[in-house]
Amino acid sequence: MAVVFEKTRGLTDVSTHYCPGCTHGIIHRLVAESLVELGVLDKSIGIAPVGCAVLAYNYFNCDMQEAAHGRAPAVATGVKRVNPDNFVFTYQGDGDLASIGTAEIVHAAHRGEKISTIFVNNAIYGMTGGQMAPTTLIGQKATTAPYGRDESLTGRPIRISEMLATIDGAKFVERVTVTTPAQIRKAKKAIKECFKIQIEGKGFGIVEVLSTCPTNWGYTPVEAIKWLEKNMIPYYPLGNFKKPEEGR
Amino acid sequence: MAKVLMKGNEAVGAAAIEAGCKFFFGYPITPQNEIPEYMSRELPKVGGMFVQAESEIAAINMVYGAAGAGARVMTSSSSPGISLKQEGISYIAGAELPCVIVNMMRGGPGLGGIQPSQTDYFQATRGGGNGDYRLLVLAPADVQELVDLVIEGFDLADEYRNPVMILGDGMIGQMMEPVEFKEREKSFLPSKAWATTGTNGNRKPNIINSLYLNAEDLEKHNTNLQAKYKKMREKEVRVESYKIEDADIVISAYGTTARIAKTAIAKLEKEGYKVGLIRPISLFPYPYEEFNKIKDDCKGVLTVEMNTGQMIDDVKLALNGRIPAYFYGRTGGMVPTPEEIVEKVKEIYGGEK
Repeated sequence: MAVVFEKTRGLTDVSTHYCPGCTHGIIHRLVAESLVELGVLDKSIGIAPVGCAVLAYNYFNCDMQEAAHGRAPAVATGVKRVNPDNFVFTYQGDGDLASIGTAEIVHAAHRGEKISTIFVNNAIYGMTGGQMAPTTLIGQKATTAPYGRDESLTGRPIRISEMLATIDGAKFVERVTVTTPAQIRKAKKAIKECFKIQIEGKGFGIVEVLSTCPTNWGYTPVEAIKWLEKNMIPYYPLGNFKKPEEGR
Repeated sequence: MAKVLMKGNEAVGAAAIEAGCKFFFGYPITPQNEIPEYMSRELPKVGGMFVQAESEIAAINMVYGAAGAGARVMTSSSSPGISLKQEGISYIAGAELPCVIVNMMRGGPGLGGIQPSQTDYFQATRGGGNGDYRLLVLAPADVQELVDLVIEGFDLADEYRNPVMILGDGMIGQMMEPVEFKEREKSFLPSKAWATTGTNGNRKPNIINSLYLNAEDLEKHNTNLQAKYKKMREKEVRVESYKIEDADIVISAYGTTARIAKTAIAKLEKEGYKVGLIRPISLFPYPYEEFNKIKDDCKGVLTVEMNTGQMIDDVKLALNGRIPAYFYGRTGGMVPTPEEIVEKVKEIYGGEK
């Protein structure tokens, strides 16, 4: 019988710990498939974050380093500078990248580090139990914003892709989501394009993936997808913010 | 090889390159800026690289990544900067990665000043980061020893897969002295099969990590770390002693203050006093047993430090109440003079406390 679908060898055979309905599993798969399809899996070094994806080092079938909270871009810098021929990627959540690690991501992009970042934005701290993230929407409830996020108290949600797109060293910036099969295909395309930027030695690339947190949002997986589409996408518009111009 | 006149901080850089260090990640802070400046100038000439990080936090995490990727790598800083690096140092110790970290101490707490001090002894030997970990801590007393210990530090880091801290101070970093780069066998470079260099499709993935969610696993990891530290305690104690067996008073000091103490001892000897010296070179592991060589009727052990009393805790542990322990320290960047130490020793001699 012809095989029409199989697990990518970019992932290990370990069962993930992610909550039902969370899209980390899909995103992991897209990243892993991209590494395999671009022929870089065997020379890849992944940097795992602190947060929900903290155990990513068990899931990707390549060399991995675990980083301190927010420091993945600095760790990736060290790895890439030692072995420039390795393919180096970080996989980070919004607490990791948009809060404690903003300096590290901004300056890795600024230096034009030839690394790739997968930034999973679910507008909340998932692993620690639903506290407010810098990306939490105005009015959105979190365990540390029990009355809903109040702009006068904590400011407006930070738009990372838009910010990083202003940095010269960032050569590829795109925001995607994985709410439908069509969006998943678009996300895969963006991840592969982003990875090619590193492979071609052009500089820093990031793909922000809007993701769900049914557990901490308090929705069913399907409701969570709908909430994301209705509330997150209007504030965090999908699309490419930056890529090298054709012919350059 | 001929002797050359070098500033301590530049000698650190030269020694690191001599030891095969190819990568340096750092952030400027006085009084150790000549180290990153030297590395930025010299590393490209040997096919290495200096990256000025956006912060000490980023710098130490770049060190983590580079060490995990198998490189000989170093960072340097001074007290407040070392405080920022503590998070990364704990992770590096937890993940058992080799690197060399230089701390040219200045006064604190907080921003403190830029003059020399020894106020980070607790932080260096007890761990400023979280968790039960130890650094190999080496404390040079002159520029030649600084060179030798930096070179040796890289070998020790690789041998034990552990961060090594060179604990100097602003005085040692800034002083110029003749140094000799001795002919030596090439550094011991064990294979780093654990490093993340890409599987190339012919081995299982390597994982660099310090997370153990299972309590039994984490306890086992800590047990293994402690076994490593025990081995260091057995094999890596370094100490210089001077006439301690028949001394009426023994001075205990390390680094810059030990040099000053030596001058004080020479003055005291001329006046007929019998004063010995225990100079710990390794602060972890600490040379506790050396203190057993002091005679029982010794009038006291005087610890001299550029702080308000930190290493004296280890001296007291070593003496275990057998001999009285005294302390003399200056702080804020004030360096004790030989005369001050002479006076303190005479006080202990005269005062039958």
